[in-house]
Amino acid sequence: MFWQQLINGLTLGSSYALIALGYTMVYGIIQLINFAHGEIYMFGAFVGLFLVLTFKVNIFVAVLGAMIFCMLLGMLIERVAYRPLRGSSRLSALISAIGVSIFLSTLMVLIRGPKVTSYPAGIFKIAYFDLGTVEISSLQIIILVTAGLLMLGLQLLIQHTRIGKAMRACSQDLDAARLMGINVDRVISFTFAVGSALAAAGGVMVGIYYNAVQPYMGLMAGLKAFAAAVLGGIGSVPGAMAGGMVLGILENLGIAYLSSSYKDAIAFGILILCLLVRPQGLLGKATTKKV
Amino acid sequence: MEAFILQYVDIYVLQIMVLIGINIIMALGLNLITGVTGQLSMGHAGFMSIGAYTSAILSLHYGMPFWFCLAAAGLMAALAGVFIGIPTLRLEGDYLAMVTIGFAEIVRVVFLNLDIAGRGMGLSGIPATTNFTLVWGLVIVIVLLNAGLLKSRPGRALYSIREDEIAAEASGVNTTLYKVVAFAIGTFLAGIGGSLYAHYLTYISPQDFDFMRSVEYLNMVVLGGMGSIPGTILGTVILTILPEVLRFVQDYRLLFYGALLVTLMIFRPNGLLGDVRWIDVKRTWARIRGQSLASSSSDS
Repeated sequence: MFWQQLINGLTLGSSYALIALGYTMVYGIIQLINFAHGEIYMFGAFVGLFLVLTFKVNIFVAVLGAMIFCMLLGMLIERVAYRPLRGSSRLSALISAIGVSIFLSTLMVLIRGPKVTSYPAGIFKIAYFDLGTVEISSLQIIILVTAGLLMLGLQLLIQHTRIGKAMRACSQDLDAARLMGINVDRVISFTFAVGSALAAAGGVMVGIYYNAVQPYMGLMAGLKAFAAAVLGGIGSVPGAMAGGMVLGILENLGIAYLSSSYKDAIAFGILILCLLVRPQGLLGKATTKKV
Repeated sequence: MEAFILQYVDIYVLQIMVLIGINIIMALGLNLITGVTGQLSMGHAGFMSIGAYTSAILSLHYGMPFWFCLAAAGLMAALAGVFIGIPTLRLEGDYLAMVTIGFAEIVRVVFLNLDIAGRGMGLSGIPATTNFTLVWGLVIVIVLLNAGLLKSRPGRALYSIREDEIAAEASGVNTTLYKVVAFAIGTFLAGIGGSLYAHYLTYISPQDFDFMRSVEYLNMVVLGGMGSIPGTILGTVILTILPEVLRFVQDYRLLFYGALLVTLMIFRPNGLLGDVRWIDVKRTWARIRGQSLASSSSDS
C-alpha cells in the first residue's frame, strides 16, 4: 500500500514538478506569479489530444508537438501581455496574467465545449509490471522517465550553456545583467518558452494518465504547481522539482490514509505548515535583507 | 427606501446596486490589505465564506438575530485572518499570496464536507434581511471610517509599509503589528460582506467562494487604483456591472473580460485612479479655470 502510493505520488508529483518549473523560472527572473501558466499546461494537453485524434501520432510525437506549440504560445503571451508592463507595479502584471488565464480557458471552452474529453483508448498499450508489493504500469515508467529526462535536460541547459548562464545572471540581478550586455528581453522570452514547453509535456502526460482533458483543468493544476514551487523555494529550479515530488507523494499518501474528500485541502495544508517552519522553502536560500 | 427606488428602476437594477454595495465593502477590505499595506492576499473569498457560513448557520440553526449574526460573521473572519496573518505576515514577500490561496481552498473543502454547512448542497432558506438601505448605509459608514483611518497617523504607517518596509521599520513603525491589524480589519470587512451576501441571496454554497471570486476582488482593487478609496469604488462598480453589460456577447463574455483586464492594465498600469491625486485634480481644475478667466478678461 505505502510503496504503491509512493509510485503513484511520484507520477503525479513529476507532473506538478514540470509545471512548477515554469513558475519558478519566471518568478526567479521577473518576480511575476504567472497565473496563465496553468492554462498553458491545459493547452498542451489539448494540442496533444488534437494531434492524436487528427494525425494518429504516437505519444512521443504528441508530447513534442504540444511542447512546440506551447513554446510559441508562451512567447506570444509574454510579448503581448507582460512585456508592456515591465517596470510597472508587480500587481498590474499579475492582473494581466489573470486576464490571460481567463481568456485562454474561455477560448478553449469556446473551441471544445466545457465537457471532459479523453484520449482515445488504445493510443498507448499499457502493460503492468508486478514487482512483488507494488504494481507499476508502463505508462507510469514513461512519465517518470520523460519527466526525469526533461528535468535533466533543463538542468544541463541552465548550468552549461551560454543562454543558461544568461538566465542565471538575469535571475540574480536584471539590471546588472543588462549592463553586462545580455539581451534581457530575449532571455525572458526564452525562459517563457522553456517553461511553457515543460508545462505542455506535463499536460499531455497527465491527460493520458488520468484519461481526462478539460478546459478548466489548468486552474487547480496551476495552483498546486505554484504551491509546489513555493514549497521547494520559489526561484530555485531544483527546489521546484523537489517541491513537486514531495507535494505529489504527500497528497497521494494523504488520500490513501486520511480521506479523499479532503484531497485538495491536504496539499495546501502541507504547504502552509511547511512555510511556517521553513519560510524560504525546502531548497530556497534564505535571503538577507538589503538595507 | 427600496419602494422609493423601485419607482425609478426595475428590480434587476436594484439587485445589481445592492451587489455593488456588498462588493464595495469586500473590495475596501482587500484594498486595506493589498492596496494600502501592499500585502498580496489572494484568498479574500475564503474569509467571505467564513462570514457567510457563520452568519447563515447562526441564524438557521440557532435562530440568532441578524445583527448578532452580522457581528459574529465579521469577528469570525477577522479571527481567521489573525490566525493566518500572525505567522505569515512576519515574513516579507509573496508568502501571504500562497498561504491565503491555500487557506481559502482549505476553507472551501471543509465547508464542502461539513454536515452543519450542508456539504455540497450549501445552505438555503437564509432569512433575507439584507436590503438596499442597510447595505448602502454600511457602505457610507465604512467609507467614512476607512477614509479617516487612511488620513490618520496609523494610516500613513500602513502606506509606508507598502512603499518601503525597511524604511518604515527604521522610522519606528512596528511593521508586523500594523500588517496584522490591517489584515484583521480587511478580513473583518470580508466577513461582514459575506454575511450581507448570504442574507441577500438566501442561498450559499461552497462554489460561490472559489478562487475566481478572490481574483475578482483583487481585480477590483488593482483596476481601480491601489490604495485609493475612490479608485476601489470605481473599480468595483465597473467590474460588477461589466459582466452584466457583456451579457449581449453571451458565450464570449469571459473572453472579453479577460482581454479587457490585460488591455486596461497595459494602458493604465497603476489602475484607473491609482496615480491620480486629489491635489493634482484641484490644481488642474484651478489652471483650467484660471485660463478661462484670463481669456475672458482679455476678451473684454
